[in-house]
Amino acid sequence: MVAKNYYFVEGFVETSAGRVTRVATKLAWPDFFGKLRARLGLRRDSYLVSPGLYCVGQPDHQSPVLVTANYKLTFDALRSQLGGLDAWILVLDTFGVNVWCAAGKKNFSTRELVRRIELCGLSEIVSHRRLILPQLGAPGVAAHQVKKESGFEVKWGPIRAADLKKYLADGLQATPVMREVTFSLSERMVLVPVELTILLKPSFYVLALVLLLSGIGPDFFSVSRAWGRGSAAFGAYGLGVLAGAGLVPLLLPWIPGRQFFLKGIEMGVLVVTGAFLLWGKMIGSGLESLALISFVIAVSSYTAMNFTGATPFTSLSGVEKEMRQGLPVQIAALVVAIVGWLASPFF
Amino acid sequence: MKNFRYMAGVAILKLEADKCIGCGACETVCPHRVWKVEGRQAVIVDYDGCMECGACATNCPVAAITVNPDDGCGCAAYIIQKWLKGEGSEACCGSNCC
Repeated sequence: MVAKNYYFVEGFVETSAGRVTRVATKLAWPDFFGKLRARLGLRRDSYLVSPGLYCVGQPDHQSPVLVTANYKLTFDALRSQLGGLDAWILVLDTFGVNVWCAAGKKNFSTRELVRRIELCGLSEIVSHRRLILPQLGAPGVAAHQVKKESGFEVKWGPIRAADLKKYLADGLQATPVMREVTFSLSERMVLVPVELTILLKPSFYVLALVLLLSGIGPDFFSVSRAWGRGSAAFGAYGLGVLAGAGLVPLLLPWIPGRQFFLKGIEMGVLVVTGAFLLWGKMIGSGLESLALISFVIAVSSYTAMNFTGATPFTSLSGVEKEMRQGLPVQIAALVVAIVGWLASPFF
Repeated sequence: MKNFRYMAGVAILKLEADKCIGCGACETVCPHRVWKVEGRQAVIVDYDGCMECGACATNCPVAAITVNPDDGCGCAAYIIQKWLKGEGSEACCGSNCC
């Protein structure tokens, strides 16, 4: 009965509202591969589980109901923390997006929660009227509204699934630490591969454009010049990405300044300095150097600014404000880079 | 999160104090500990910690809280799309950012 695709299904529990799928609380190899793939940003949007009711252990009508999103990574993060517990898991349809982002987009929502409670016949399965929701679901779910529409009381659980056992053991009390988001080095590190994957497609366009512009000279176009100068320019692009999408996320709290476009410029200057110390002699005229440096700065500043979308502390108002200052700087740097690069073969 | 600070004075976050009933929902749901209920009244204790996630406004039973209603994520690519194509037509980078 257990299909191969559903390796995480351990069995079924019979209830008055039908059979409920019991899932494993230990992750298996396919979960780790899936996690790796999602963290690399590959086919992330189809990494999901069916919405509905699941359970762990042998829950009964008094067992707690934990609510989550149907992103497989989220579902796994939750169930892997539930070893030894008997609990129901109500998975909302968030189109394969995590709780916080889905709540922001109003997919992890009051309406979806109330609808899902009815669809699953939850009030026939449990005798209590209490749901435990992850705190980060709060932008999308209005607790008082859920109570009014479904009769279920929403209890805001901890932000991290790892704190759930303690929260349950303490009688649904969360400590202040459980209620505050963090952005540690490891939490920032796992975001870097996705940032790079997102840049993969645009990078091909950059490469094509860079080769085209690098070949132009007094003799109209030269393939050898396109290769030679093109690889230098594409190398500069790579350094910019390294600085903006790599160093900025990793070194974030230690880079002076609050605005991300400035942090990007700082890291751009850092890698340019490093590159000059390593390969300084390889770069040609002053104009060419100026163009390459400007290119690195433009790319590092922009990619750093784009990282604001992945942090848990930047406000949209703030990002819009810094973009009004950052974009003109980045465009100016890009113009200097292109003009300098095009002009240098003529001198 | 006190070691991460974004720009000061930019967040759109308002409390109509006379509506507040001091239920404490805002304090519970805020992931940046921006709110504190003192006496029977919610108080913004860390305004610049606000990232405009909207959890407090959504969960205020008397609608006393206003947060920037734009629910877009704060990535540059998204905002550029919004500027170029106009409000509402933007799509977040697939499910790529958030």
